[in-house]
Amino acid sequence: MRFSLGKWLLPVYAALALVFLLVPIVYTIIFSFNASVKSNILWVGFTLDNWTNVCAERGVCASVGTSVLIGLIATVIATAIGTLMAIALVRYRFRGRAAVNLLLFLPMATPEVVLGAGLAAQFLSVGFGKGIITIIIAHVLFCISFVVVTVKARVAGLDPALEEAGRDLYGSSFAVFWRITFPLLLPGIAAAALLSFSLSFDDFIITRFNNGGVETFPIFVYTAAAKGVPAEANVVASAVFVLALVIVIIGQASSAARRKRLARVG
Amino acid sequence: MAFATLGTIGEATDRVPLKRSRIAILLLLPGLAYLALFFLAPLVSLVFTSFEKPPDFADIGQFVPAFNIQNYFDVIAQYWPHFLRAFGFALAATFFALVISYPLAYFIGVKARRWPMLQAVMLTLVIAPFFVSFLLRTLAWKALMSDDSALAGLFRFLTVLPNDQHLTGTWFSVIFGLTYNFIPFMTLPIYASLERLDIRYLEAGADLYASPRSTFWRVTVPQSAPGIVSGTLLTFIPASGDYINASSSFLGSVQTQMIGNSIESNFLATEQYPLAAAMSVLLMAVILVIVIVYVRVSGTEDLL
Repeated sequence: MRFSLGKWLLPVYAALALVFLLVPIVYTIIFSFNASVKSNILWVGFTLDNWTNVCAERGVCASVGTSVLIGLIATVIATAIGTLMAIALVRYRFRGRAAVNLLLFLPMATPEVVLGAGLAAQFLSVGFGKGIITIIIAHVLFCISFVVVTVKARVAGLDPALEEAGRDLYGSSFAVFWRITFPLLLPGIAAAALLSFSLSFDDFIITRFNNGGVETFPIFVYTAAAKGVPAEANVVASAVFVLALVIVIIGQASSAARRKRLARVG
Repeated sequence: MAFATLGTIGEATDRVPLKRSRIAILLLLPGLAYLALFFLAPLVSLVFTSFEKPPDFADIGQFVPAFNIQNYFDVIAQYWPHFLRAFGFALAATFFALVISYPLAYFIGVKARRWPMLQAVMLTLVIAPFFVSFLLRTLAWKALMSDDSALAGLFRFLTVLPNDQHLTGTWFSVIFGLTYNFIPFMTLPIYASLERLDIRYLEAGADLYASPRSTFWRVTVPQSAPGIVSGTLLTFIPASGDYINASSSFLGSVQTQMIGNSIESNFLATEQYPLAAAMSVLLMAVILVIVIVYVRVSGTEDLL
């Protein structure tokens, strides 16, 4: 068989692109094992100390705790609000749908720096002090649109006949929603919640304008960047990476299993 | 992904009668109230702030309502290079991200269809960067581009980089960082549209004696246009407002500051709120004009 360059060009290109994407991740993980003293730029030697003693570096654990707390609260609020909107947009016809869609699209088309400055200007003009509340308000704002987009796709794939059957069997609207609609939407809602949490956990720009001294993990990294980020920050990032990867793999495996089950039934 | 799904998936089914719209309003109410209060009102408040001026005897950060349009002229006169760099760097990063992402998305969405497992693994790797802090990834590139790094050595060897200059803190490193950070945003929507591409169209092209090249340009690319438009917008918009890559403690320097850096420093450091607000309003206005023109020209209005 003749070796053809054309046939191999695309797979090699794709593989190189993926390697390029992964380089900083691998770097971050490797340097979580660096026996660095203050700044974590030059390789000193291998150690597990950073992993066994993450909270040794002042600020790392506290800031992660703050970020998790903010992420959880913002996720619950944004997922609830966004799921209701997604159901309304797919299931009901009403005047002004286009306007609602536009209003949901605009926050995604607005640069974060404008969203952040806008909220900060608003809080300033009404004299509302910046702190953990303002961070949560900001995070809910940018999560809502992404929740709506994610859940909408799921609602659209839902067979309305299932809910009609529930109503035919004299289920109340509430019972139909709680026993039929909600469980069917759950995978979409879970995906939206995960997306919200990761957006919130990693947000820096909007938070920076509205944190008022509260230190989230990204704020900690940014402040430390000027003089050198401690290896403990790499430990946190590496642990989050592994955790997220496991969740994604479980999610993919369970949806593959569901498809297989459906294929057998159908 | 976001732009494509917003308008196209799941338009209301005709089965649902219009009269139940009262429930829809009820479901939408919390979200609409939230967006009105924390998205629209802040934008309005930004516009008001952009016209404010300092009172006669003012402390730092003190301003009174006014109609001081001079703020806008000041901003343009003083910060036009920052605007130029913001849009220039974002445009370059969008171009490079497209060049890197399209073949990648094509391979995952079309060529890898026969191997669902490979497809799943590759998609996971595309989103993997999202799982590591954006700031730490950018700092990783800073370290990988430092003076004694292999990359800097290679550039010196190729004599592209003079011995007395750094690789970081240049327009090269800023565009590089922006490109890297937004590749997943470009790849995912293009993948989503290529994944739906019917292979029979390509076979039809070949049957009609079209060369693979012209089949690609006249069938594949137009079919994936919604993905390309979404991907380029999802890259260009956040890239033009970004200030991490261009900031001095990351990949930039004083010479590479973009408008995002100026908004940040004017708002948070020097407390020149009206100037920062005027910059934000201008940035937003230019982006909206670009988006509207781009979507019209590419004929993908129904994406919005």
